Amino acid sequence: MKKEIFTIVSNRKLTDSVFKMTLCGDTSAITAPGQFVNIELEGLYLRRPISVCDLEGERLTLIYKAVGKGTEQMSAMGKGEALDILTGLGNGYDTANSGACPVLIGGGVGVPPLYLLAKKLIGEGKNPKVILGFNTALEVFYEDEFCALGIETFVTTVDGSHGIKGFVTDALKSCGEYSYTFSCGPEPMLKAVYNESLTDGQFSFEERMGCGFGACMGCSCKTKYGYKRICKDGPVLEKGEIIW
Amino acid sequence: MVNTEVVLSGITLTNPVIPASGTFGFGAEFAQLYDINILGSLSFKGTTVEERFGNPTPRIAECSSGMINSVGLQNPGLKAVCEHELPKLATLYKKPVIANISGFSIEEYVECAKAMERQESVGIIEVNVSCPNVHGGGMSFGVDAKAAAEVTRAVKAVSKKPVYIKLSPNVTDIVSIALACEDAGADGLSLINTLYAMRIDLKTKKPVLANKMGGLSGPAVFPVALRMVYQVFEAVKIPIIGMGGVAAAEDVIEMMLAGASAVQIGAANLKNPVACKEIIEDLSRVMEKYRISSLSEIIGGAH
Repeated sequence: MKKEIFTIVSNRKLTDSVFKMTLCGDTSAITAPGQFVNIELEGLYLRRPISVCDLEGERLTLIYKAVGKGTEQMSAMGKGEALDILTGLGNGYDTANSGACPVLIGGGVGVPPLYLLAKKLIGEGKNPKVILGFNTALEVFYEDEFCALGIETFVTTVDGSHGIKGFVTDALKSCGEYSYTFSCGPEPMLKAVYNESLTDGQFSFEERMGCGFGACMGCSCKTKYGYKRICKDGPVLEKGEIIW
Repeated sequence: MVNTEVVLSGITLTNPVIPASGTFGFGAEFAQLYDINILGSLSFKGTTVEERFGNPTPRIAECSSGMINSVGLQNPGLKAVCEHELPKLATLYKKPVIANISGFSIEEYVECAKAMERQESVGIIEVNVSCPNVHGGGMSFGVDAKAAAEVTRAVKAVSKKPVYIKLSPNVTDIVSIALACEDAGADGLSLINTLYAMRIDLKTKKPVLANKMGGLSGPAVFPVALRMVYQVFEAVKIPIIGMGGVAAAEDVIEMMLAGASAVQIGAANLKNPVACKEIIEDLSRVMEKYRISSLSEIIGGAH
C-alpha cells in the first residue's frame, strides 16, 4: 500500500453514467490485476474504492459508474486536478493456475479489472477469452478495447439490443472450451457464474468498506478457510473457499 | 524545544498520541506506511475470549463528518491474539501497548485480563464495558454504574498492570459511572466509545447497516467527547485518555485542556492511514503557536 497524490490526465464519459479517468502518479504499489485504489474526495468522510482497469508505467486508468455523491464528484473533475489515493489495495487475481485458455467474465462495472487481467494473461503467453455482460446496448463499454487485444470477445445484453441476448452465463455455455474462470460483477452474476462454470476459478467481490486496507474489519466475510476481509484478503476469492 | 512527554500510571509516553482500539488492527497495515514506533502507545483490536466474526455486513455507514460502524468486535480470540498477533506486533512496535479487552460476562473479562497480565508487551489493560452483559439481560455493562464497578473490581483483582475502563457515552450521566469505576479501583478511564447512531438508505428505504444501528465516530463526535472528558475530569482523580473525533494536533491539545492525560485517535486512521504520524509531527508546531512548552502541564488547563 502507498498513499500518493495523482494528477488527472483525462476524465471522459463512456456511457450515460460510466466514466473513464486516467491519472498520473506513483503506481508502484499496484502489483496485480484485480487490485483497487481508494480515493479521498472533498467533503466525504470515507474514501471511494475503485478497481484498477489499466496500468502503464505512471499511467493509471479507472472506470467507474457515477452512482452516488463520491463518483458523481469524480465525474465532474477535470484534467490537472489532484487526488489523494491509496494504491495497491487488495490481493488481486492470481494467474498462476489459469491454464492456457481462461475465460474472463465481467458484468457492468465489473468489466474494468478484467482488462488489466487480460493483458497480463496475454503477456504470459496465454489465450484468454472474455464475456462482457450489460443490461442494454447503451450501457456497453470497452468492447473495442478488448477486441483490440486480439482476444475473442463476447458481449451479452439482457434485452438483446447488442451482442448475444441474455446473461453472461448464456455466453459461457456457447463460448467453447476454457481452462479456468475469472469473474467480477454484481453478486447474483457471480453466483450464476459460480454455478455454471465448469472449471476452477476466482471471483471478485464487493462490500461496503471503511478503510479499504484491512484495519477496521468493516467488510469481512465468512469463507471455507475462515474469516476474510474483502479489502485486504480479497476482493478476489478462490472458487473453493466461497460460501454464498 | 517543546516537551511532548506525558505519563500514564507511571508509564512515560514520548507523546500523547495513541491509535484507538478497532481502528489500527495490530499495527501491521500502518507499519507499511510509517515507523509506528513514533506512537506514544497503541491500543490494539478489542479482544474477547472466543474468536468472533461480529455482525453481518454491511457494517459501515458514512455520515457528513464521520462514520458509523457495527463491526461487533470481530477478533481472532484471546489465544490467537496472545500466540500470533502480539508476537508479530512486538516485532513492529517496541513500546508498551494497551490491551483492549471485552467480555460478555465477568468471567470472560477476568480470563482476558489474566492472559494480558502475562504479556510482557502490555503496559495498560483497557476494559471495554460497552458490550452487552449476557447474564444481566443483555444490557451493556457500561450503562450501569453497578455493573461497570463490578467489572472493574473483578479485573483489578487479577491485574497488577494499570486497568483503564473505557466508558460508553450512551448513558444519562457518565460522571456517575466514572466515579463508580474509580471507587472500584480503576487506575484510569478511557472516554468516549462510539455514540449509538444510524442511517437509512433512501434507495432501499431501509437502514444502511445490516445491524440497523452502530457506533458513530469521527469529527462529528468531538465536541461531545470533549464535554464528557471535561465533566469526568472535574469529578475523578485518576487519569483520563480522551478520544472521540480527534483528527488534528489542535484537537489533541483541546482534549488535554479538557482533562485528558493522553489522547486516542480512532476514525481518522481509517480515512487517512498516516493520520497519527501527521498529528505527532504537527504537535510541536501547534504547541509553539499557542506557547505551550510542555504538554503534561496543560492537562485540565481549561478548568
